[in-house]
Amino acid sequence: MITAEQKPLKEIIDSISPYEKIFLVGCNECVTVCAAGGRKEVGLLASVLRLHYLKQGRTIEIKEITLERQCDPEYVEELASEIHRTEAVLSMACGCGVQTLAGRYRETPVFPAVNTLFMGASEAQGIWAERCQGCGDCLLGLTGGICPVARCSKHLLNGPCGGTSHGKCEIAPDVDCAWCLIWERLKALGLEKRYEEIMEAKDWRSAGGGGPRKIVRKDLLL
Amino acid sequence: MKTTSRLETVLASGNLAVTSECGPPRGARPEKVKEKALLLKDYVDAVNVTDNQTAMVRMSSWAAGVIIKQMGMDPILQMVTRDRNRLAMQSDIIGAYSLGINTMLCLSGDHPKFGDHPMAKGVFDLDSVQLVQMVKKMRDEGKFQGGADIDSPPKMFVGAAANPFADPFELRVARLAKKVKAGADFIQTQCVFNLEKFEKYMEMVCDRGLDKQVHILAGITPMKSAGMARYMKNKVPGMDVPDEIIKRLEGVSKAEQPEEGLKIAVESIQRLKEVRGVHGFHIMAIEWEEKVPQIVKNAGLLPRPAENELKNL
Repeated sequence: MITAEQKPLKEIIDSISPYEKIFLVGCNECVTVCAAGGRKEVGLLASVLRLHYLKQGRTIEIKEITLERQCDPEYVEELASEIHRTEAVLSMACGCGVQTLAGRYRETPVFPAVNTLFMGASEAQGIWAERCQGCGDCLLGLTGGICPVARCSKHLLNGPCGGTSHGKCEIAPDVDCAWCLIWERLKALGLEKRYEEIMEAKDWRSAGGGGPRKIVRKDLLL
Repeated sequence: MKTTSRLETVLASGNLAVTSECGPPRGARPEKVKEKALLLKDYVDAVNVTDNQTAMVRMSSWAAGVIIKQMGMDPILQMVTRDRNRLAMQSDIIGAYSLGINTMLCLSGDHPKFGDHPMAKGVFDLDSVQLVQMVKKMRDEGKFQGGADIDSPPKMFVGAAANPFADPFELRVARLAKKVKAGADFIQTQCVFNLEKFEKYMEMVCDRGLDKQVHILAGITPMKSAGMARYMKNKVPGMDVPDEIIKRLEGVSKAEQPEEGLKIAVESIQRLKEVRGVHGFHIMAIEWEEKVPQIVKNAGLLPRPAENELKNL
């Protein structure tokens, strides 16, 4: 899923302070799962903002809405009948959601309330870690199901580098060395010989080097 | 001969090669490069010129390399994949070669986190293995990485690094094999302090016949003090400093520790000279370049073969 974290409160307040009518819009997908921008977080942030403005003696109208999927035009359409009643939208979705709203409602400013971080998985309750960088040419079948692009700090395709220590990356003792993990996994699978096959220089076009990426599925077009 | 590299000639002659390094200055001070290089003249066959070492901005390795070349010495251009993509690296390789540099060392480089620009984006378009492949392809096939022909290709003698001590140990020989397969002509290793472990590594290297395919230069670093030894053991990732070394340095007075450190370095070279597959030494005297001549001399590695001797081979 796509992970996100709420922005510092001050930054959020600064972005919406010129306005008096706000739509605070959450999303029921990834940001709900990573507890950054679902219905619950929308409620919490709305309360915090109301309290903040109350202390300042300002009354601000904050309408709370959580869409099923903010990156989907179909669900974003739900705001169409009411958008004229607000001066600004504060979105708690990932960057995809923010842009879908901004693209649909061109006359209403949209501000992000979260920082979108990475495509990750849950390691334990309350912990998410990066697993994929969407390079568009998946190597996981060659690397024992562990991604060197996302999980090696230098994206080495023929690692590990000389900085690995006790299975940890040189950048921090709490970061696993992806290539130690790959090696252990290849050994467990009896595939350690595969390690010596050189992975050729990567074609980064599919990873974004070729410009913004797009999928067009002709079979699904209306 | 694949190239006109002096290092290649020395290694091909069967002599033990000696290299050392020169870290370029953090400013436009060409005289600093000359000062450091001058300390090494006639004591080494080639001088590694580091490339933004520890991710700190310094004079570019090719520019410092040209200064060293102009002094009649032989620079080894270090190149890390951290700071440049494949276009920039290839143009620098052509540029360096055009200015007389014919030997290089291919590295991935320390992570930007360790330097003075931790906010910089690491490039890592290629990794060190792929950089070796690219330089070899430029030389042997006369082609750019992208496939187009090069009009007068640069002929670089290609080196790579190896750390026999980082874990997992069992992977380290496989990794060396990969670099050899990619086209490395020579290898400079991480500092060797744990001689037994290194000898075990070299045995595994020879068992696979890799010593016949690549020249291995063992990395030697003299310890200035017991404190430095402890620091290297505990703080530098991938470094293996046995307790005996620390104890030996602690066993003499502080004033005598530098001399003891130099002795250890010389003894290490003498012991490693006998190890099958070791074809030379890469002496990394960190901020202690002035001691390199003493180490080379006491280890019996003088005189360095002269140009005319090598020509007559």
